[in-house]
Amino acid sequence: MNNEIKLEFDAISANESFARVAVAAFVTPVNPTLEELADVKTAVSEAVTNAIIHGYDGRQGKVLLHCILRERTLHIEVKDTGKGIENVEKAMEPLFTTRPELDRSGMGFSFMEAFMDDLQVLSEPGAGTCVVMKKRFADMSSEPHEE
Amino acid sequence: MDERFHIIDDYLMIRMPEEIDHHQAAALSEQADRYILEEPVKHIVFDFEDTRFMDSSGVGVVIGRYKKIACFGGNVYAVNADRQIRRIIRISGLKKVLKLVEEDTDE
Ligand SMILES: Nc1ncnc2c1ncn2[C@@H]1O[C@H](COP(=O)(O)OP(=O)(O)O)[C@@H](O)[C@H]1O
Ligand SMILES: [Mg+2]
Repeated sequence: MNNEIKLEFDAISANESFARVAVAAFVTPVNPTLEELADVKTAVSEAVTNAIIHGYDGRQGKVLLHCILRERTLHIEVKDTGKGIENVEKAMEPLFTTRPELDRSGMGFSFMEAFMDDLQVLSEPGAGTCVVMKKRFADMSSEPHEE
Repeated sequence: MDERFHIIDDYLMIRMPEEIDHHQAAALSEQADRYILEEPVKHIVFDFEDTRFMDSSGVGVVIGRYKKIACFGGNVYAVNADRQIRRIIRISGLKKVLKLVEEDTDE
């Protein structure tokens, strides 16, 4: 199964659940396990939330969600053109947050790392951030193979 | 949404929503804080019975509330957490403060 979608939506918190549900629907043809599905939904939720609260910080903007399915591998890009990240390495440390007053836990990147097979964060201060993630879905050999 | 909050003795019981993300978190925390401030709350029980999704925003909700009661010797508990919620609790390190009250035995 090969497929690709690109979605662009407003950077408002109501769209966090929309993004998760869209990606969950996109991967249904590969019959992900409940756990794999939860992994992908959590990672997407983290990346999209970050774009909204950190990237745009309440200002208007667009989030771009780009998904590609190649056989049983999902590639996801979540992109914003917000304020960007000064120090990506530091931002990715567990518990690191620049918004403790918002009750942020600083675990967003840790979750993306834990739940996906690959995570890359490209960012430029003033230009925006692009989070690239990959997830390989296990092949359920007991399942009948469908084209 | 107020029927999600109950006071039993010095416990605040919170029935958590179906999805706990950043969109839900602010209102949830705000309401919980009102109870913590206005009622004699010592401990908090987070009931995940209805919860099918939680991301790191939910972790922030729990830690934020814990910080408000910990200085008075309060504890935070989780009940009815399904497999997925228990995973989130484990991976986030929340387990150090949030006491899991196990009920189902499927793991
Ligand atoms: N899209 C983004 N744009 C700007 N800054 C970001 C973005 N994503 C993450 N960050 C920065 O990285 C930090 C860590 O992110 P994360 O691990 O998700 O924790 P949290 O969201 O709880 O702060 C954030 O506090 C923020 O400073
Ligand atoms: Mg985050």
